[in-house]
Amino acid sequence: MRVGVVIFPGSLDDVDATRAVRIAGGEAVPLWHGDSDLRGVDAVVLPGGFSYGDYLRCGAIARFAPVMTEVVERACGGMPVLGICNGFQVLCEAHLLPGALIRNDHRRFVCRDQRLRIESASTAWTSAYEPGQEIVVPLKNGEGGYVADERTLDRLEADGLVLARYLGWNPNGSARDIAGIANPAGNVVGLMPHPEHAVEPLCGPGTDGLGFFTSVLTLPAELSAWG
Amino acid sequence: MARVVVEVMLKPEILDPQGKAVHGALPRLGFDGVTDVRQGKRFELELDGDATPERLEQVRALAETVLSNPVIEDFSVRLDGEPQR
Repeated sequence: MRVGVVIFPGSLDDVDATRAVRIAGGEAVPLWHGDSDLRGVDAVVLPGGFSYGDYLRCGAIARFAPVMTEVVERACGGMPVLGICNGFQVLCEAHLLPGALIRNDHRRFVCRDQRLRIESASTAWTSAYEPGQEIVVPLKNGEGGYVADERTLDRLEADGLVLARYLGWNPNGSARDIAGIANPAGNVVGLMPHPEHAVEPLCGPGTDGLGFFTSVLTLPAELSAWG
Repeated sequence: MARVVVEVMLKPEILDPQGKAVHGALPRLGFDGVTDVRQGKRFELELDGDATPERLEQVRALAETVLSNPVIEDFSVRLDGEPQR
């Protein structure tokens, strides 16, 4: 399966995301923000970083990059898309996911190994996990506080779209300890922590993050044959 | 030529850590009596030609789609020199 990794000006974690795709057994395809061609990929990762310097709002300008027109269209058609950290912010700005991410409530950048509970294993990116499974992956953000109005939060909970929750300490003030969410179809996932930094025992806290990248590879052919 | 001012503020119910940080610094600088600070953004858009109602409507659309995120922010649009509504 070909998994595209988008590179915006200011992306930081595209190389690690590319490695994670390869280690999981997929073919990683770099996608340039200025291109509108998705090069025949079956899924897309929007990596972490500071696209466009976080100017205006995190992810606000990246949302209008030429590559995003195609990503949004294909995501609406069912193509799996994973937004990590800044990628999560881009997905919210693009209205592929509800809510928004604001500055951490404690006003400091946070960088730590974070314990999470996988709440939903029925998405394109979490099928390799068991519901309720606890994992540890790095977390690093300055604007990772997930917010949405109460009605949206209730709907996310009721529909099982809260994908992962922070355990132990809420590191950024996210509503209801939400670390990641999915769209109702389960193909679009946004996650503030960084599974791509936890795919090899040598670097990072372990290999708990690898499941996100192996999950998408196990999708049925009719889904992955999109385009 | 016309200048249109767009102001964007976080909605009242959204936490503003930047405003809180500024507020926290004020007593250290000897400013007393400020009970709260909220920080926002001001955009000045120079228009080529007059600010017709149609063009102001375009600016409003721009403010809603790009300059602000309606999930967390409110915005106002006015001609420069006009009193704020």
